Amino acid sequence: MIWKSDIEQMEKEPLQELQSERLRSLLKYLSESNAIYRERLAEVSDISGVDIQSIDRLPFTTKEDMRDTYPFGLFSSPEKDILELHVSSGTTGNPTLVGYTKEDLDIWADAMARSLAVAGAKPADIIQIAYGYGLFTGGLGFHYGALEMGLRIIPTSSGQTRRQLKIMQDFQPRILACTPSYALYMADEARDLGLNTRESSWEIGIFGAEPWSDSIRKEIEEVWNITALDVYGLSEIIGPGVAQECPEKNGLHVYSDLFYPEVIDPDSGEQMPDGKPGELVLTTLTKRGIPLLRYRTRDIVTINHSRCGCGRTSPRISKVLGRTDDMIVVRGINVFPSQIEHVLMEIEGTQPHYQLVVDRQKNNMDSLEVLVEVEERFFSDEIKQLRAFQETVREAIQSTLGVGVKVRLMEPRSLERSQGKSKRVVDKRQFNQKEDQ
Amino acid sequence: MKITQISVFLENRKGRLHQVCDLLGKAGINILALTIAETEDFGVLRIIVDKPEEALAVFAAEDLVARQSDVVVVQIEDHPGGLADVLAVLQQSDVNIEYMHAFLGRRSEQAYMVFRFEQPDEAISVLKKAGIRVIENDEVVQL
Repeated sequence: MIWKSDIEQMEKEPLQELQSERLRSLLKYLSESNAIYRERLAEVSDISGVDIQSIDRLPFTTKEDMRDTYPFGLFSSPEKDILELHVSSGTTGNPTLVGYTKEDLDIWADAMARSLAVAGAKPADIIQIAYGYGLFTGGLGFHYGALEMGLRIIPTSSGQTRRQLKIMQDFQPRILACTPSYALYMADEARDLGLNTRESSWEIGIFGAEPWSDSIRKEIEEVWNITALDVYGLSEIIGPGVAQECPEKNGLHVYSDLFYPEVIDPDSGEQMPDGKPGELVLTTLTKRGIPLLRYRTRDIVTINHSRCGCGRTSPRISKVLGRTDDMIVVRGINVFPSQIEHVLMEIEGTQPHYQLVVDRQKNNMDSLEVLVEVEERFFSDEIKQLRAFQETVREAIQSTLGVGVKVRLMEPRSLERSQGKSKRVVDKRQFNQKEDQ
Repeated sequence: MKITQISVFLENRKGRLHQVCDLLGKAGINILALTIAETEDFGVLRIIVDKPEEALAVFAAEDLVARQSDVVVVQIEDHPGGLADVLAVLQQSDVNIEYMHAFLGRRSEQAYMVFRFEQPDEAISVLKKAGIRVIENDEVVQL
């Protein structure tokens, strides 16, 4: 089913009219209600003439803006109208704080109900929500959407895996919502208990909150005998429910009447054409509590405006291909560690520990070396097989990045870890510069 | 018939082999045969030991990647052309060798060859038919 078929199947022109109308009232609201945006929008010439096609005349909002104005600088509603707060831990400095008014919670419920329908849910289905409930937006976002649609909810939250499996067996939910890694973890646990995972009651899995590859999709679908679909969201915009993959598995539908997407070149700010990777920028057209104008997500995606086989006209974004913030430039080419992660996942199914080492050679050329920890499942006693693996990885990375690399196989646990994850980038060039000064 | 060989992935750096052999020594595990296949930055240590299960447990405890594989151990006649005779048998029967290495028996003072075959069972029957001595599993610690 299509939850909001009048909007999700709207033709281009009436949709643009709706988006332009909503953008203009957003600009009016921001100018009236928020001091920071009032100042920024005062610098935009002929602001009353802005429509959705000329949205690029408006200023960006960044993660730094949110951090610098912590806690309430970007809020546009009076604090008394903010009914729910969510906080995500920041890696540096202030955490990211978002707040929802009653209207915002309704928008969230609507967007998540649309997402559930995109994934194939229908009213009265049973859903097991195994995303964390609490300050993380995953659990509650799914909860509100499921209520809106009239699903029957089992709010298991995350963890307590044996209980999750017992609940699945006893109550036969049709839909599972959790992170992809947790879906695989539960499969291991189920096998230890001697359960036949292919007999699970789940038919649809909605997985997100972390990057995952098509080979992980296949693994999850195979082990649980389900359709595994990707959900995208970020708390600054609304939480989960910004975009959802349909069973066509050809991109994630963005509800562009609520969250208007643009894909830009992260350096120049220019709009990228369909199919070309760039940074996803989102404008919340209808939110009240903390509406954001042209928010830079730092997520690298491609966009596709063509009509989908499922009948929706809403634009689709690809899976997240990388991040702009851990980008390194090697010989003039932008390299995202997540691209390499992606390649390794495609080859290996799961992600081995790896590290990128960038160095400047004597001839002033940058060298890129990818260190990969050897794991049992691809270790062989034959050198030629290890060499072949090394070569497969090297070729795949090289063709993805378009830059020459060297691949070095390492012993397990030999790469430096920070918080359990291997440190992903070592840029020796910066150290050289410091020594030179 | 087939003998268990353990292969361990090692980075090619100073002192690494010593550390690994030391682990086995401290665990009271004896190395009967050893070879290293190496590249510029890594190597594969291949060993036959008296207690393979225990050796695997030692490596697992140290987070080393190790695996066991089946090899065939053959006695080589101690005269010029001894090895060539064995290889001739294999070649005539179209048996493919992945790799091989040699060791000397401590007690028997005989030369032995460790073979890794694609199809070890086929290789064993070919060798036996030609009257070549193939070492049995429990014999290997006595050599």
